[in-house]
Amino acid sequence: MSGVLVIAESRRGELRDVSLELIGAALALKEPAGGRLAVAAIGAGASGHAEALGVQGVDEVLTVDAPTEHFEAHVHSAALEALIEEERPALVLLGHTIDSLGFGPAVAARRGLGFASDVTRLAWDGGPVATRGGYGGKVEVELDFPGSDCVLLMLRAGAFAPAEGSGGAPARAVEAQSEPQTEHLGFRDVETGDVDITKAEFLLSIGRGIEDKDALPQFEQLADRMGATLSVSRPLVDAGWVPNARQVGQSGKTVKPKVYLALGISGAVQHLAGMQTAETIIAVNTDPEAPIFSVAHYGVVADLFDVADELAEQFEG
Amino acid sequence: MKIVVTVKEVAVLDEEFELLEDRPGVEADAIEWDLNEWDNFSVEEALQLREAAGDGEVVVVSVGGEEAEEGLRACLAKGADRAVRIWEDALEGADPLAVARVLAAAVERESADLVLCGVQSSDGVHSATGIALAAHLGLPRVAVIKALDYDAGAGAATVERELEGGLVELLRVRLPALLTIQTGINEPRYATLRAIKQAKEKPLDVVGLGDLGLDAGAVEAAAGSRVRSVSHPDAGEGAEMLDGPPEDVAARIAEIVKDRMSG
Repeated sequence: MSGVLVIAESRRGELRDVSLELIGAALALKEPAGGRLAVAAIGAGASGHAEALGVQGVDEVLTVDAPTEHFEAHVHSAALEALIEEERPALVLLGHTIDSLGFGPAVAARRGLGFASDVTRLAWDGGPVATRGGYGGKVEVELDFPGSDCVLLMLRAGAFAPAEGSGGAPARAVEAQSEPQTEHLGFRDVETGDVDITKAEFLLSIGRGIEDKDALPQFEQLADRMGATLSVSRPLVDAGWVPNARQVGQSGKTVKPKVYLALGISGAVQHLAGMQTAETIIAVNTDPEAPIFSVAHYGVVADLFDVADELAEQFEG
Repeated sequence: MKIVVTVKEVAVLDEEFELLEDRPGVEADAIEWDLNEWDNFSVEEALQLREAAGDGEVVVVSVGGEEAEEGLRACLAKGADRAVRIWEDALEGADPLAVARVLAAAVERESADLVLCGVQSSDGVHSATGIALAAHLGLPRVAVIKALDYDAGAGAATVERELEGGLVELLRVRLPALLTIQTGINEPRYATLRAIKQAKEKPLDVVGLGDLGLDAGAVEAAAGSRVRSVSHPDAGEGAEMLDGPPEDVAARIAEIVKDRMSG
């Protein structure tokens, strides 16, 4: 087993950004892994992505046609297994994305591969070494894969620099037999609601720390007073307190305001993915180990209500 | 309708914790245990499906030490009929693929119509165990479900798969199947005091690897990774911490906000 196999992603005909990030990560390990890098696109219209994927350093683009128009987890499973048979790679890279979560772990389990998900750093030490979070991101865990001659890693979107430039790698079709086991009925786009938080320059963002729905008006007023737009983390949307148009994070909106003031948000990975590129991040949390402090520029370990009350004073009139 | 729900007692680290010196890990006394947040939603979904069907059984299954019993009892108190806890020392620190292999041996004997798992656990955040389990069971699966509508007549479910950025895919899957459940899909119930008391009488079986036809070697063979090291995360540049009484901190925040917004 040698070389690297990257599984690109597309949705509704568009290549997803994570695809070039996977290639970027693969290029760094290509030589120690055996010298070959193949990038595969799976799905109807896969061959249409061959040119965009054949960037410098990619040796070959493999395309696998699919019987379904959109992503289907079981079709992707079968295609990935066919690609592994064809390539015999030492390393397979997928995105840690909703689509790939539907088939990556299944293929790893079926074939007994080395496996890790939500990987944020990669190295090589006689074999791949993957770094990921542990205990909800409070520690960093380094993993290796002794005894696995093929390792499948799912890399966090946004954690690796994308490959650049064009290369003109040759493309080749690979056959895979597959049966879809789910039926696609349609897509529903995000509800826009009355507010577009992606356009706001100043977001006051609140999370689980507010504890009670009755506390909500206080923060709506504070946002008004500060000239901020109110946004929230997922638990407040799950609880039905706030519509999802105001949700920041992987399943909500990705925002990049001038100022992101987070009150009572501990900073789950999915939340950080949606706000870590804000220009200035200020975080208030009672837990000094809260992951949000790892991306914040300014941090306050305090009760958010104490700080909120005083902020209201500061922005009076 | 028989539904198996896999649940996990997750480790919550104290604010102050120490790393072990002799091997990769954290000091045990810094760990508190709690039922995984996602599992509240998958258990609730199972209970609602059973209630809608009018009859059936909800079985909760967990791989975990004695600490997992509290979470399993909580599931029983909410209305699950039976609990299975799988444990042996060889399972300490098992990775998602090893856990999936062990769960598969236990779930297979239940011949369930539906298997529900949380999308992820809040400590490991692998998002992998459920889908790996589906592969072992040979079941169709859909990951990250935020709505589920079961059509008993057709023996199929229409589900909403939550994609990035708020996009949703609607799809249909025939049962038996395995679905991983996202938070917010329902409103998890609280158990009454009476139900908590009654839950003590409900069956909670503790089984070892041998009972499932497995051994320590099988767990090791199924594992996908080995932990090399555990460390404190690189703080990066790190946040500048603002100290002092709330009024001082608020004044500093106001200053920073006004400065950045005028820039």
